[in-house]
Amino acid sequence: MLALWIVLGIVGVLVIFFIATYNGLVRLRNQVKNAWAQIDVQLKRRYDLIPNLIETVKGYMKHERETLESVTNARNLAQQVASSGAGTRAKAESELSSALSRLLAVVENYPDLKANQNFLALQEELTSTENKISFSRQYYNDSVLRYNNKTQMFPSNFIASMTGFKADEFFEVTVASEREAPKVSFS
Amino acid sequence: MWEQIRSNRIRSVILVIAMGMLLVLLGYFLGLYFFNSAIGGLVIALIVWIIMSLFGYFQGDNLMLTMSRARKIGRDDHPRLYNVVEEMKIASGLEKMPDIYIIDDTALNAFATGRDPNRASVAITSGLLQKLSRDELQGVIAHEISHIKNRDVLLMAMTSVLLGTIVILAWYGSRFLIFGSMGGARRRSSGGGGQAQIIILIVALVFMILAPIMAQIIYLAISRKREYLADASSALYTRYPEGLASALEKLGASTGQLKSANKATAPMYIVNPFRKKGLKFADLSSTHPPISERVRILRTMAGASFSNYDQAYRQVHQRGGSIIPATGLAAGSIPLVKTKPKKELDEPDEIQRARETSDLMWRLNNYKTNPCACGVKLRVPPGFREGSITCPRCGRKYPV
Repeated sequence: MLALWIVLGIVGVLVIFFIATYNGLVRLRNQVKNAWAQIDVQLKRRYDLIPNLIETVKGYMKHERETLESVTNARNLAQQVASSGAGTRAKAESELSSALSRLLAVVENYPDLKANQNFLALQEELTSTENKISFSRQYYNDSVLRYNNKTQMFPSNFIASMTGFKADEFFEVTVASEREAPKVSFS
Repeated sequence: MWEQIRSNRIRSVILVIAMGMLLVLLGYFLGLYFFNSAIGGLVIALIVWIIMSLFGYFQGDNLMLTMSRARKIGRDDHPRLYNVVEEMKIASGLEKMPDIYIIDDTALNAFATGRDPNRASVAITSGLLQKLSRDELQGVIAHEISHIKNRDVLLMAMTSVLLGTIVILAWYGSRFLIFGSMGGARRRSSGGGGQAQIIILIVALVFMILAPIMAQIIYLAISRKREYLADASSALYTRYPEGLASALEKLGASTGQLKSANKATAPMYIVNPFRKKGLKFADLSSTHPPISERVRILRTMAGASFSNYDQAYRQVHQRGGSIIPATGLAAGSIPLVKTKPKKELDEPDEIQRARETSDLMWRLNNYKTNPCACGVKLRVPPGFREGSITCPRCGRKYPV
């Protein structure tokens, strides 16, 4: 009789542990999903801002056609891969980021443009959207880290593999220009 | 982050229980002394506490915002502030965008309020808004958002209600004791049991004096701990502790006292609104840790995680004792953003920010702003009756 109760008790504890872990996994996975949706919102916002920006600066920047085109191309490319996984997407988006920062760097040469109220407002929006993208990426990566830890660590990894929770992909920034050291010439 | 909140809850519950015990004991002895029944005192204490808690829970944020004369603003009123709040909302993973309020005061301060993350507000003085650069503003807003995220606001509101109840009961108790003793003593002494009466009287007296002081000490201890935690979370969200550090430096350098703050609302602000220059508030009587110390800790941080903050805290204090509960430290080190990834192009300088903010304040007070071609800004008050205004500098006329 006693043995039966002990067995029942152990089974009960196991069931409770299973439920708690499973729910924890679901919560973390939903958090990752939400974080991803947030990145998506901000990236879309950036797609929407770019045509506006190009329209505003075009009149001032007669000699920067290449820079403007590279921004537009990067935007279109990023929009095309918008429905694929984190890895491919991160690459296209970081291309867009660097094209944009090149554009904003040449703005320095156009004092008229910098006095334009419309452009200033756009610039604030763009700066903030860039920040929002990097903060949502930061939050997404934190969430993925927590979720992956839970799916890979003992003992929750058993339940994760039993019920089909898989580790998720990080949203990494890999821009060639960010990794390369700046070239300095002493000539 | 989540572990952090969980261990917060446990600690908070323990401290609140300690304060609750004080309240119960106070009620018990007051009842024993005045009504010869402990239950009566307990019931009164509980009723006062429940009424105040309910009010604090449902109306606390409104009360706080009304008392500080804060005005709500939208995205178009101040896009930069709105964007910074939204950025920090995203970084902290908060689900709902908090409301943003502005307090028309040249003093430098900010606070967060709201009982849960879905009903939260951030308020900032116009003085602070014009003083801070974007990075600094981000640090301050991150500090406030983490108060919301860590549920500090609710905890502080509930503990201050407990403190208030204890203070009120002790105050009325002592008045009754002083003014009621002439008539009341005779009645009670005829009831017999003189020895026990005197012991109860002494215990009640001691409690009336000690309970408010002890409650205050617990309250301040909770408050200071929350400030450290919020600083640590701010560094974690922004990955850039220097932003908050230099903002705090600016806050510490100014001594303007916030007109609309009072003792009850003081712990809600980012820095103590009643601080005086040159005084180092490191003692038990302060709601906030000294600013210079907070700045030093932030500048010593080698990474952005909680364990980095804890290391920096111990380094600054030179003695053991962590400030962050051990469960929050598991994350390890998180690299800082060494230099800001991109220099914010053409960030408005302080003069531009001051103009921006004063334009905003005029607008919030329903003044119309009419820029004249000669560069003068004509402010038209809401009740202006004339059909046109004349620029005092160049004499041009404008229809209103």
